[in-house]
Amino acid sequence: MSRMRFVEFLVGLFILIAIVAFVFLAFKVSGLTSYSSSDSYQITASFQNIGDLKVRAPVTIAGVSIGEITDIKLNPQTYEAIVTMQIKSAAKIPEDSTANIFTAGLIGSNYISITPGFSETILKNGQRLQRTNQAMILQNIIGQLLYSFKSGDSKKSDSTPTTTSVEGGLPQ
Amino acid sequence: MNGIIRLGQFGINICERIGISGIILFRAIFRKPDFKHGFPALVEQLYSVGVLSLVIIMVSGLFIGMVVGLQGYNTLVKFGASQALGQLLALSIVRELGPVVTGLLFAGRAGSALTAEIGLMKATEQLSSMEMMAVDPLHRVIAPRFWAGFISMPLLGIIFSAVAIYGGYWVAVQWLGLDAGAFWSNMQASVNFNIDVLNGIIKTIVFGFVVTWIAVFQGYECVPTSEGIGRATTKTVVYSSLAILSLDFVLTAMMLGGW
Repeated sequence: MSRMRFVEFLVGLFILIAIVAFVFLAFKVSGLTSYSSSDSYQITASFQNIGDLKVRAPVTIAGVSIGEITDIKLNPQTYEAIVTMQIKSAAKIPEDSTANIFTAGLIGSNYISITPGFSETILKNGQRLQRTNQAMILQNIIGQLLYSFKSGDSKKSDSTPTTTSVEGGLPQ
Repeated sequence: MNGIIRLGQFGINICERIGISGIILFRAIFRKPDFKHGFPALVEQLYSVGVLSLVIIMVSGLFIGMVVGLQGYNTLVKFGASQALGQLLALSIVRELGPVVTGLLFAGRAGSALTAEIGLMKATEQLSSMEMMAVDPLHRVIAPRFWAGFISMPLLGIIFSAVAIYGGYWVAVQWLGLDAGAFWSNMQASVNFNIDVLNGIIKTIVFGFVVTWIAVFQGYECVPTSEGIGRATTKTVVYSSLAILSLDFVLTAMMLGGW
């Protein structure tokens, strides 16, 4: 009987280790944590172009993560992307702050960086961040660069084909 | 002419074996559950199939994680992308290496043991004497072993992945001096729980089913001699490994195809 108890104990331990490993995979490896709604608030911002931004990308101020993106939608009237962010309530964002989309490293994933403004009033739940800068898209920048090189060269400017022209989304 | 006849015999034989194995499995599983006697037998088998495989799974997981960490670091550092080691390690282990290596080790450690045990029971006529006493050996011997393998394989796969990622972390962060924050945050940013972790677990469930099925059937249908048992054990390992590797490709294709 005591051997049976020992076997049962070991099997229980085995299952326990598996559960711990599963929790490790779920939370530590795949980062299955979302900011709970109790100690956080939601704000939105609309961008002309969000590039490669994805849901669950981090939102940072000065490089410190203060929240994450929970939803990305398209506004059918203005053709802008509406990004919903869940922000920790400890982080207070002035209403004249600017949201930028940056890329982590050269080939990293995109994230939102908020540059705080100087206003005394802070954003509340459900409010919208007015000032945004769209994502910098590497192809567009290269295209723009090529375009400026070619137009600087006056002789060949007539024969420049349209392939080097920059398509859409560039600040004028 | 003779060759065609041989081929026909071979084909019919294969179909027959698959059919018999299906019937055996069906008769072992689909019956009224008997928790009073079935549960202690299941715990006993979980011990011999799962707990006793734990050490080899954890040790190989640790070493595989460490070697992937080391190789990945040395390759990525040439591109200046050593920060991406976390996601390389986690994705390759959770999606592919974890399920497949666990399945192969499980076939070698637990599958062969199951086959040898059941085969020896058959060779020493324990199965026949059970039938004489009106005890169904499928219910008494096959079912708890099948369920034990089916249950422990996903658990072992999860443990393998976790230990392997820890091994990779240990090499990359503690030894090679990668930044721990970048390691974990890149991993968390790229690993999706539903797509990567759950699909890996689905793979281990499928592999557990197939390996245990093959092991149990080979033992039950072996030639009851010492040579036959040896051959059945070999077949278990060979067939299970082939089934795991081919099913892995099929499952990966289905999962990437957005099935």
